Amino acid sequence: MKILTMPSFGADMAVGTIVKWNVKPGDHVSKGDIIASIETMKGLIDMEVFDDGIIVTLLAGEGDELEIGHPIAELQLKHEEDSNNNSEHIVESVDPHSFEVGSNTAVSQEVAGHSSDSQDFVSKVSRVPTDAEEEKSSDSLNTLRPKISPAARSKAQQLGIDWRQLPQGTGPDGALLLGDINIADKPVSKPVSEPEPASDRVKDPNDMMRDAIAATVSRSKREIPHYYLQLDMVLDNTLNWLSHHNVDLPPSKRILSNAVIYSAIARALTAFPAFNGFYRDGHYQPSDSVHLGNAISLRQGGLMVVAVHDAQRLGLAELMEKIKDQVNRARKGGLRMSEMQDATVTVSNLGDRGSDTIQSIIFPPQVAIIGIGRPRTVPWVIDNKVTSATIISMSLAADHRVSDGHSGARLLNKINTLLQTPERLV
Amino acid sequence: MNNHSSLKDLVCKLILDIAPEADVQGLDPNEEFREELDLDSMDFMTLLDSIEKETGVNVPERDYVKVNSLQSLTEYIATRK
Repeated sequence: MKILTMPSFGADMAVGTIVKWNVKPGDHVSKGDIIASIETMKGLIDMEVFDDGIIVTLLAGEGDELEIGHPIAELQLKHEEDSNNNSEHIVESVDPHSFEVGSNTAVSQEVAGHSSDSQDFVSKVSRVPTDAEEEKSSDSLNTLRPKISPAARSKAQQLGIDWRQLPQGTGPDGALLLGDINIADKPVSKPVSEPEPASDRVKDPNDMMRDAIAATVSRSKREIPHYYLQLDMVLDNTLNWLSHHNVDLPPSKRILSNAVIYSAIARALTAFPAFNGFYRDGHYQPSDSVHLGNAISLRQGGLMVVAVHDAQRLGLAELMEKIKDQVNRARKGGLRMSEMQDATVTVSNLGDRGSDTIQSIIFPPQVAIIGIGRPRTVPWVIDNKVTSATIISMSLAADHRVSDGHSGARLLNKINTLLQTPERLV
Repeated sequence: MNNHSSLKDLVCKLILDIAPEADVQGLDPNEEFREELDLDSMDFMTLLDSIEKETGVNVPERDYVKVNSLQSLTEYIATRK
């Protein structure tokens, strides 16, 4: 028997709400099936199951807001179906980052093959405050309450909106989501952030995300000895190739330079395993495949890292499609759990109107992050002649426990080489 | 004229689909709207995609410089529709 728990979709998540179950007791499920929709501060996420089996019981209801690690369902594994021995309980907590939110359940200690990499760390980091406890006590008797996500409820309370009086929301089964509250607030224009006494103030969802990002980056800077490298790369070959490629294509089929750059990074990383994997418990485990984490900034503030699985195997058009789709889902909901958890390395790209350079902070337990500045036109020397070139500054922040600057520089040079022949990345 | 303003409304609606928080009402139609509304290259491409689907007008990459502002984008679509 396996206990499925409320998953974490990143370091900056403390609670999630089951908005909709897609399964009921007795249902057969297969690896990869989406069994529930979960709302987090980052929107609706589809929760997948990682084994074949039968759902035995649901331990939580729709609308329940639960801390990460809280049991939500029992799954009888397929190989157990013919066996009477159900005494073995596996607790699934599939998140490599769960320790960062300081979940105060005992789950992380029990997970087979997933050693929580610093139990003492949990005690050092204060848990992101939530209104879960308050809500549980005040709402426990009201079983027919309308559905609302924690982010939406928090926002409604902050704005003084009685959400029980609102029409149905846009979430599954009419659940109220953050966007519904924002719309409800529109007719009444008033300042959002009136300072209130700290004691009974409900924490803004954006503040919670801020707190959680703060905990993650503080941990990273405290524990990971970063070193930093930077290389300017000429982008003209890539841009010229793209303008030919895109010339007759409709917008939906065009490829952006980002996709070429990401592809070059992913393919280069296959030859540099010391930059692609997880560092846990004093031990580094490289990954067999490159699950390229794309740091997506959210319009409401904060950011999330979404993994493009096996990015080294994708052609440019496929990679472009994937990135576009993920950015869209990051903003509108519908990301899958595995996309939130699997990134083995991260790319941070401030976009074509960002800054010239960015030096990033590694997202633990990863060991490297690559920063991409905006393309800019500069004087450049080729064959002893000054000419103009469009360049990007690419930075690498890497974990010195795992790699040295020498190999980091070779990685950047390899990426640069690949960018000069974009036609080979197709 | 009426046609033009309804086209502008359509573009504003399509922008709001991508950037729900964007203050399109307060936008100076002659300003560079990507800068003003914080639309990155991916957002811009998504916008052009939805414009093509709604109006049938395809803005090729070489014409990106001609559609910097809400005004110029609307005129570009109007003359090619």
